[in-house]
Amino acid sequence: MTSSSRTQWPENADHTAVPYFLFNDQDIYNREQRKIYNGPAWHFLALEAELLELGSFKSTFIGDTPVVVTRGQDSEIYAWVNRCAHRGAEVCRHRHGISEDGTFTCVYHQWAYDAKGDLRGVPFQRGLAGKGGYPKDFDKTKHSLRKVRVVSYCGVIFGTLSDDTPDIETYMGEDVSYFFKRIMNRPVEVLGTTRQYIKGNWKFYAENAKDPYHASLLHLFHATFGLYRSSQEGATVINNDYHTVLWAKGGKEDEAAAEDVKKDKLRTYQEGTYTLNDPSLLAGKQEFDDGISLVILTLFPSLVLQQIQNTLAVRQVLPKGKDEFELVWTCFGYTDDSEEMRNIRLKQGNLIGPAGLISMEDGESTELCQKAIVSDGDRTNVILMSGSDTESEDHLVTESAIRGLWKGYRKMMEL
Amino acid sequence: MSGEGITQELKHEVDDLHNRYVQCIDDDDLESWPDFFTEKCLYRVIPRENEEVGLPAAVMWGDSKGMLQDRVVALRNANIYQVQWYRHIISNPCIQLVSDGVIKAQSNYAVFKTCNDGESTVYNVGKYVDLIVRDNGLLKFQERSVIFDTHKITTLMVIPI
Repeated sequence: MTSSSRTQWPENADHTAVPYFLFNDQDIYNREQRKIYNGPAWHFLALEAELLELGSFKSTFIGDTPVVVTRGQDSEIYAWVNRCAHRGAEVCRHRHGISEDGTFTCVYHQWAYDAKGDLRGVPFQRGLAGKGGYPKDFDKTKHSLRKVRVVSYCGVIFGTLSDDTPDIETYMGEDVSYFFKRIMNRPVEVLGTTRQYIKGNWKFYAENAKDPYHASLLHLFHATFGLYRSSQEGATVINNDYHTVLWAKGGKEDEAAAEDVKKDKLRTYQEGTYTLNDPSLLAGKQEFDDGISLVILTLFPSLVLQQIQNTLAVRQVLPKGKDEFELVWTCFGYTDDSEEMRNIRLKQGNLIGPAGLISMEDGESTELCQKAIVSDGDRTNVILMSGSDTESEDHLVTESAIRGLWKGYRKMMEL
Repeated sequence: MSGEGITQELKHEVDDLHNRYVQCIDDDDLESWPDFFTEKCLYRVIPRENEEVGLPAAVMWGDSKGMLQDRVVALRNANIYQVQWYRHIISNPCIQLVSDGVIKAQSNYAVFKTCNDGESTVYNVGKYVDLIVRDNGLLKFQERSVIFDTHKITTLMVIPI
């Protein structure tokens, strides 16, 4: 197959059979940067709680584009592409911090910008001793940093590089925004950031976070200690094809389903084999009235918002080329957490992140897939659990959310 | 250079604790790893970027020997990861007596990781900051903070540092 035909969706493929070349193709990656990352999508940038003080900033990315998000002296949130309007150098070289005087100065020729990204000063604008300098009609207002449209929704800051992106609630959909607001129901306090670098295409991870089928089968820790099983009461919620919520209630199990699980004699079904030496790890608190103990919310393409027991976190998915991505975990609690609650969150932090007793395998599974698909781009996977449609379901034994991902992906990619 | 009240014997004993700790992990004798800690303890593996600004989130966090044992049980029986070995290189610790019977130690470490493909990579570097006490005649870690510079953790972290 020639590289140009890679931008065609194969005739034998649909959202139940996705060709592997999508995970390992430079043309596809470049197209994603144009159609998705510069296209009509909202991308996670930061929690407002990371930018509490005036002048505070955080460097991040929208796809390959470096972006800085700031809180201006007027307390508003701004974001701009981190590339000097002069000669293209990176303006902000710190990951986060506070600009005391509210300016951001490129080190190369000291062009200085404010928190909004507007150009404030240019050295030697009038030249030196009558020599050099910019032309008289040089207009600083025409040389701002490229502005990023931002919105803060329930304390979460999103950015988009497209004027066509709909408002955030329309983009997210009604059911997904319900669950979003459920977690982000009051001010949060950041507990810290951890980072994981995975040698796999970002879409393997996107599939993984929409896949309740694997949760009880890959993650043995989860299943063995009764944190999650496919037989638990839960649902798969899909809005606008590619935004999803998987939720489950702890301890609630469908008895008939539980019996079926036992019959399958799965590696992961080892209830009673392992007990914790220190059960305090799982001795959390029920902090939501609905009894839901697991929520994995995905907002295509870059955000996972999660509640696992008492751990709360956002995971930012940052593609780093066609076969690598970075996963940035920002863990948080609520500002009104008691000290006891904060300790529970820290302790249960063992469940999530790069060393998470539950979550660590997700990076591994992504790499397992990437290694195996390299030579077979024209072959397809099989996404048929619970049929072939892309609707919400009242259970977790389904791949409908993954099918929705591909349906929406095709639309946004115009493939 | 030893601090006040640190005898050569004690310094040697602290060095020995550090050496045996990393050898235990590198030799895959992980079931013995929790024995380097007191019953009630604090073991944290935390990115430098959090530690430096006072944010508490760690990638591993245990406040009892039991939690460390549970890590090992999970690693042996629950977690899925490719075969891998660590090789720790550690510096001599700087030590000082901070209060009666409590020794503070700080040392650097580098962990090389080797997987089935035979390639060894610098997996994680950072420092240990420890509080060491005598427990039934033996020196043990009451606290061991592993503060890592390598915030880009490749794939996952399953084996303790």
